[in-house]
Amino acid sequence: MTELQSITETILEIVTKVCVVGISISLLLLLYRIIDGPTNADRAVALDAIGINLMGLAALVAIIISTTMLNDVILLIGILLFIGTIAIAKYLEKGVIIDRNLD
Amino acid sequence: MIYIVLIPLLLACFIPFISKFKDKIHTGIFVFIIPFTIFLYFIRFIGNEFTPIHQTYKWIPSLDINFNFYLDGLSLLFALLISGIGALVVLYSIYYLDNSERLGHFYVYLIMFMAAMLGVVLSDNIFVLYTFWELTSISSFLLIGYWHFNERSRYGAMKSMLITIFGGLSMFGGFILLSVITGTTSIQAMIAQTDIILESKYLPLILGFILLGAFTKSAQFPFHIWLPDAMEAPTPVSAYLHSATMVKAGLFLVARFSPIFSGYEWFFIIVSIAGIVTLCWGSYMAVRQTDLKAILAFSTISQLGMIMAMLGFGTKIAVFAAVFHILNHATFKGSLFMVAGIVDHETGTRDIRKLGGLLTFMPMTATLALFGTFSMAGVPLPFLNGFYSKELFFDSAIHLTEGVSDLAGFLVQVIPYLAVLGSIFTFVYSLYFFFGVFRGKKQLNQLPKKPHEAPFGMLISPIVLVLGVILIGLFPNLVNGTFIAHAAESVYGSEVVKKLKFWHGIDSTAFQMSLVVVGIGTVLVSTRKKWNGVYKLLPGKLSFNKAYDWLISMLDVYSNRITRSYMTGSIRFYFAAILATTLVVTFTIMFMTNGFTIQFNELAEVTIVEIAVVLLMIAAAIGTIFTKHNVAAILTVGVVGYGVAILFVIYRAPDLALTQLVIETVSVALFLLCFYHLPKLEKSNESLSTKTINIIISIGFGTLLTLIAIASHSTNSFNKISDYFIETSHSLGGGDNVVNVILVDMRGLDTLFEIAVLGIAALAIYSMINLRNNKEEK
Repeated sequence: MTELQSITETILEIVTKVCVVGISISLLLLLYRIIDGPTNADRAVALDAIGINLMGLAALVAIIISTTMLNDVILLIGILLFIGTIAIAKYLEKGVIIDRNLD
Repeated sequence: MIYIVLIPLLLACFIPFISKFKDKIHTGIFVFIIPFTIFLYFIRFIGNEFTPIHQTYKWIPSLDINFNFYLDGLSLLFALLISGIGALVVLYSIYYLDNSERLGHFYVYLIMFMAAMLGVVLSDNIFVLYTFWELTSISSFLLIGYWHFNERSRYGAMKSMLITIFGGLSMFGGFILLSVITGTTSIQAMIAQTDIILESKYLPLILGFILLGAFTKSAQFPFHIWLPDAMEAPTPVSAYLHSATMVKAGLFLVARFSPIFSGYEWFFIIVSIAGIVTLCWGSYMAVRQTDLKAILAFSTISQLGMIMAMLGFGTKIAVFAAVFHILNHATFKGSLFMVAGIVDHETGTRDIRKLGGLLTFMPMTATLALFGTFSMAGVPLPFLNGFYSKELFFDSAIHLTEGVSDLAGFLVQVIPYLAVLGSIFTFVYSLYFFFGVFRGKKQLNQLPKKPHEAPFGMLISPIVLVLGVILIGLFPNLVNGTFIAHAAESVYGSEVVKKLKFWHGIDSTAFQMSLVVVGIGTVLVSTRKKWNGVYKLLPGKLSFNKAYDWLISMLDVYSNRITRSYMTGSIRFYFAAILATTLVVTFTIMFMTNGFTIQFNELAEVTIVEIAVVLLMIAAAIGTIFTKHNVAAILTVGVVGYGVAILFVIYRAPDLALTQLVIETVSVALFLLCFYHLPKLEKSNESLSTKTINIIISIGFGTLLTLIAIASHSTNSFNKISDYFIETSHSLGGGDNVVNVILVDMRGLDTLFEIAVLGIAALAIYSMINLRNNKEEK
């Protein structure tokens, strides 16, 4: 039983490390897209993707330090990303984020 | 005695009310009572058996600053001059100043000045003396600028203010040094400690500072330039301040401190040179003037120089002569100024080129002027007091026994010749003054008014002064034993000669010198037009006035230029300057105190997640700097912020991470909100050198902060307080979230004010937006 547990832990450690490296590479590439991205829509999508990657990263960190305290963070990133992406999208579409005259 | 000084100041407050009735009765009549009472008070002390009086009134005892009044012979002489001539000047001004003038202002300033001057001569405490000293400068400034609608008046007032305050401040420095060395603020106590002062290494500094104060106040070369410009003041003011009292404050200071410094050789050298040079230059320049008051101003300068020189000689006879001449000069110069005022008042001009032959129109004034000028010239007649002091001056110039060093020895050789030279010119301008105004051909068509004799009231004051000239001239021993000898004694330190002889004998050198002066002077004054061209050579184009004007304008120009050079109005420049200063100062201090300790022994292990996030943040930060696209810049900043949030996650700070995420999103949204108004990111057009400097500053600042962070981590030598919070979070705060318990329980006050900050920011944003809208609507 303990043997199985130690094997699982080893596998988990390796998997998390591999995942972190993968997410890092993905983040750097997305960053390149933000800086270089020919249009602003590219940048918006890239930022959205970066946020999702960060959610993954936070989850990985939660696994590494084995805590449940970070679940709030993961959820919050999800909400904020949604709001942020909509804000950018609206900005790209209309030029303003909040309409003054609603009628 | 304090009442004598302070009551005039108190009464000055009521003068404006009295001046309301100036149309019915002249304000000066009431004011006259003040100096006259003071004069009567002081005249009681005259007598053979006079001993100094010491009185103390508390002011600021903790700083040893008290109204320490000390009345000895010297103070008494000055107090009598101030109050006596003050009374005469007030009397004269009643007739001189018309009802239409602002009499209230005039008499308030005048009484203020008189009280200040009494304070200067009576104070034993150096700081109280300095206070009154500055009060004389201020009231003199007000009096010179009395006709403030006149541009020349303002210029003269400004000039005298700058020069005398400059001297006053340096004198203050000398006083502070003196009080630090001796540990006392009383002049008499300092005189008792003369040895300590003379041994101090600050002695040259003290002497220089105090003499600077005395020289500027007493219009010594080259600080004499303010006095001729102060002649824009009303004539009573010129007669009072700029001949009899204020300009003698410097002489008083030198006389007061000469018991301390007379043992110091440089005192003799500096004061004698300054005095002799002032005597020669002032008398030389006086002959050139065409304005009556300017002649008298330069004459005052030269006479002050003569007294200063005698104080510098410091021998028994010289000190006596100096004190004697202070009295004599005040009498004849006061009367001459009043004569000049009368001439101005009755003819409408003070230009000596337009005046002439007034003897038949103004016989009384002419007689007064005759006595005044001849006494000033030192003409050997037995009823003129000026002759005595001039004779004593020559006597003291010959009998100088000092001469230890080469310079002093050389001075002793030269001084008698310079004294004669200065006296010759004194003789020339005195006669030029008298004959230019009252003799010569009449030029009635050039005069603005038809000349006539002055009203009798105007003549009273000069008559009293000229009577003084004659009485002292006829009975010199009457004032000497009772009065002058005490004054000289308190300057010299021991008893001085009390008997004066008019006749020294035909074989006395001093008398021969006087004859030389009269002889050459008569020749020069009769041939004045022929050698007048010499003034084109000296001073010619050189003049201390020009130097002063140049200095003032250059001060203006260069300070303007310096201010403009760093107050560029560019916020980038200021920011660079602030950062560069912080950088240099912090680096220097850290290096000097060995602050950069770098240790790596207590560090935690670095994990792969940290490396990944830090790499991401570095890439995003660099991208922010180099990107040329607006949205890209905003979004990369956002990436850096999210990176920070992930770092918080890694370091187990979920609350911080939550807040950081929300705040970062809101800020990115705000950036986008005002994106429309943000300037386009363009290639910066700054020069290469500016860019290089910016790069150096930013890299330096980053390095500095990094080093400080490492150093502060390396020197973590105290126990942390956080253990306490973790232990007591549940038991005391009733919560398991330690961060939140700290925020609202343990350190709740901080949170309160953070909330206040947010509230203020919200209100400010609201009002800024709304105010802008209001303005647009209007």
